[in-house]
Amino acid sequence: MHELALIQELCALAQAAAEQQGATRITQLWLQVGDRCGVDADALRLAFAVVQEQHCWRQTHLNLELVPTQCRCHRCQQPYRPEDVVALCPHCGGLECDRLTGQELTLMAVEVA
Amino acid sequence: MCNGAVHRLELQQRLLSRNDQDAARNRRQFQRLGLQVVNLLSAPGSGKTSLLEQLARRWPRPPIGVIVGDLATDHDATRLRQAGARSVQICTGDRCHLDAVLVERALAQLDAAALDLLVIENVGNLVCPTAFDLGEQRRVAVLAVTEGEDKPLKYPALFATADAVLINKSDLADAVGFDRAAAHHNLRAVAPRAPVFEVSARQGESLTAWMQWLEQPHGLGP
Repeated sequence: MHELALIQELCALAQAAAEQQGATRITQLWLQVGDRCGVDADALRLAFAVVQEQHCWRQTHLNLELVPTQCRCHRCQQPYRPEDVVALCPHCGGLECDRLTGQELTLMAVEVA
Repeated sequence: MCNGAVHRLELQQRLLSRNDQDAARNRRQFQRLGLQVVNLLSAPGSGKTSLLEQLARRWPRPPIGVIVGDLATDHDATRLRQAGARSVQICTGDRCHLDAVLVERALAQLDAAALDLLVIENVGNLVCPTAFDLGEQRRVAVLAVTEGEDKPLKYPALFATADAVLINKSDLADAVGFDRAAAHHNLRAVAPRAPVFEVSARQGESLTAWMQWLEQPHGLGP
């Protein structure tokens, strides 16, 4: 359950950005979550619900943007979406690839007031 | 900003950016010290500590350093010290993984200048430690034959980020019906570039090939 540690980090980053702007409230957060970043979206929501028990986060809405994995095959250089955990290239059967997306765990934006 | 207007701030900040910065600082420190650092990851009970006891006894330029993470007790650090390693225990309490700051603090307790190999034995967990860079140059994942040959497919993230994989307790493979070919096939599917070493912590000579791999300097260039 490292999701709670990650949500605490999310709150710290958002709070620092808000304070820098002199804002007093954070109304929304946008978090990009890659499907291979090792984090479960439902566990993130649950961890955020725990944080929301604290007064200052009660009115904040968390938006999760799920990002599917995209690979580029080393052998044939074609991009593809792997079907499961094995990143088998559907064009040439290659296994080695660069992961173009899917590893994101990024605080994209905060809305403050 | 005090007029109540809503305002969107674009950040594009990686959630682990603070840990990444701490890890980069560790990495520079390891480079200054000329220290090879390996992050050793596995499920609980796959034999990480026993492997490191053997490594400590067999490493040609002893002692090795070990930073070991567990939720509680200093049992592992004590065992490793008895095997000749210089060890520091990190008790993480309820935390399921090590992070770069914990490693930085532990490093300060080791006389690291006298070492050429440091192993960070992570908390036994196949999920959470994967996301946290500690500043290591290489990651090694351990799979014990008792865990089954399909573990790499069930927990692909950890194996996919490993630079090498150890199949431990290989002396028990036949007794537990471990399908070697299937295990290698599954590892190749999720970690096509990682060399795989079959080892047994009870047969120290089985560590030779892995030790040769550890001896190859990595990531310490200018």
